Amino acid sequence: MAKQPIITVKNLVKNYGDFAAVKGISFEVYDGEIFGLLGPNGAGKTTTLEIIETLRNKTSGDVIVDGFSVDHDAAAIKQRIGVQLQAAGYYPNLNLSELIKLFCGLYGIDKTPTEMLEKVALTDKAKSKYKELSGGQKQRFSIATTLINNPKIIFLDEPTTGLDPQARRNLWDLIREIRDSGTTVVITTHYMDEAEELCDRVAFVDGGHIVGIDTPNHFIDELVASGFERKKQVKLANLEDVFINLTGKEWREG
Amino acid sequence: MKKPYSNFNATMAIAVASFRSIIRSPSAVVFSLAFPLIFIIVFANIGGSSVTVDVGVAKTTDTLNPVYKILANTKVINLIKDQSTDEMAKNLSKGKIDAIIDIQKNNSRPPFTLHIQYTKASQPKDAILKSLLNSVFYQLNSQGGTAPQPVAEIKETTVSGREYKYIDFLLPGMLGFSLLSSGVFGTAFVFLSLRLTLVIKRFFATPVKKYSIVLGEALARLIFSWIGALFIILVGHYAFGFTLVHGFTTVVNMLILSAIGLIVFMGFGFIISGIAKNESTVPPLSNIITLPQFLLSGTFFATTAFPSWLQGLSNILPLTYLNKAMRDVAFEGAGLGDVTHDLLILGIWFIIVYAVAVKTFKWE
Repeated sequence: MAKQPIITVKNLVKNYGDFAAVKGISFEVYDGEIFGLLGPNGAGKTTTLEIIETLRNKTSGDVIVDGFSVDHDAAAIKQRIGVQLQAAGYYPNLNLSELIKLFCGLYGIDKTPTEMLEKVALTDKAKSKYKELSGGQKQRFSIATTLINNPKIIFLDEPTTGLDPQARRNLWDLIREIRDSGTTVVITTHYMDEAEELCDRVAFVDGGHIVGIDTPNHFIDELVASGFERKKQVKLANLEDVFINLTGKEWREG
Repeated sequence: MKKPYSNFNATMAIAVASFRSIIRSPSAVVFSLAFPLIFIIVFANIGGSSVTVDVGVAKTTDTLNPVYKILANTKVINLIKDQSTDEMAKNLSKGKIDAIIDIQKNNSRPPFTLHIQYTKASQPKDAILKSLLNSVFYQLNSQGGTAPQPVAEIKETTVSGREYKYIDFLLPGMLGFSLLSSGVFGTAFVFLSLRLTLVIKRFFATPVKKYSIVLGEALARLIFSWIGALFIILVGHYAFGFTLVHGFTTVVNMLILSAIGLIVFMGFGFIISGIAKNESTVPPLSNIITLPQFLLSGTFFATTAFPSWLQGLSNILPLTYLNKAMRDVAFEGAGLGDVTHDLLILGIWFIIVYAVAVKTFKWE
């Protein structure tokens, strides 16, 4: 199967005054994959995402999303993508149903709140306020709002930060389901186990540059082939496996 | 295939969401409904308890006769001589003065005739004045001693008029206060918190236009303010006898004025949401805008009671003109075409405020 790029970023540069946040980044995201943008804080991940999402202007370079340029067709791109922002809130005093209706109006899409909440298993929380949800539920609700316009690509900025291991696994399952139904997923995370588990390909960003882009497996094999060894002998399980083993895989609602 | 994107539907979706949010926010309800109502109930029950009878003296009055002298020496009667005939007639019909007297010297008997005009707008005071006059005339006529005919006679007429009650002054002021606080505080809080919690940023990731966000928010606040205004007007009318000269038409005119006022005041809210760093800086900034207007724009007392330097300040503030227009419409029965002067000044404020708002407003 030939891999079709759905996002193409070429020589992307973003300067904030004298500070260069993104210094000439180029990469492609293929249709139907889960693509991870990895890197330390301040590496330029969020800036890069926001430029692709048409939320921020670039200084120079080309960004094409599903055939549309961010320069001329921002509106067309917005119709085709779903965006989950890091730490974004929702309209105050509204319950989940009402928030979904609001987003349906914003996207110009006719969908019922139940239909959307079903996708993320939150139908029983339809009358709850966003702030009353647990961390995992909040993230799943955010993802529901990104799916309203049947997007071709969704962007998730650190969706699992602050979640417990069960909630994290639960969210991974949801993200895989979304990928399997044909939506491309672009995700950022600080958890390498998560990227290894979830992402089809990852790009490492550091200091405004891309320092590597490949599948997680290939990166690991390469490192091992170069003679790298962990200081401590790797055991067949880690502490997170113990955690899951002891507390069960069942995810608890907050 | 896909129907084209509708900015109208997006605007309405925001308006509906915002309206739901407003009616569930306790502070909005307290400021827009509870406060004005409490003020109305408290002040309507305090106002207007003095016991002097204001009597206008017609220009044609003969002031050199004993009847006039006795009236002038009666403490309860306050003779007013410095108003023109037109002013007096106007004030009489509003009940601002209680009667007009015109004492004529006659060449025949009785030597004096006292023409007196009462007003329906001030009937309780009429009774006081009538009994006063009766005792004055009884004294006078008995001084005439054996004279078979009285020295003076009373000829009275009553003009019809509307009583200008304190509620007629108070209610438009309360309405203005409600619009001011909702427009300034509400708008500033909502836009600041939507910006800080990245709600607006998330909106920008959808195809929605910026003007839809502003318009939707404004529409929700307008509908809420209209409901509040209608509630205050109806309670005022049915519970406190607030005067609505042309009934329904007057209410509609008042609602139109409310909308104009709210739009101007929302401009202040936009400015504050732009310059406030966080939610705790909103109240002080809003108070700088609302408090002077609350005190100086004739909300509780007429600005004519202020010294002239303070009146000068009052005469700059937008709420002064909203209150004035509102009172003219409600009590005088003026149409919107009759308050164009006030509307013009509100228009100037609109231009100034939104020129600043465009510069200071921040989306993110």
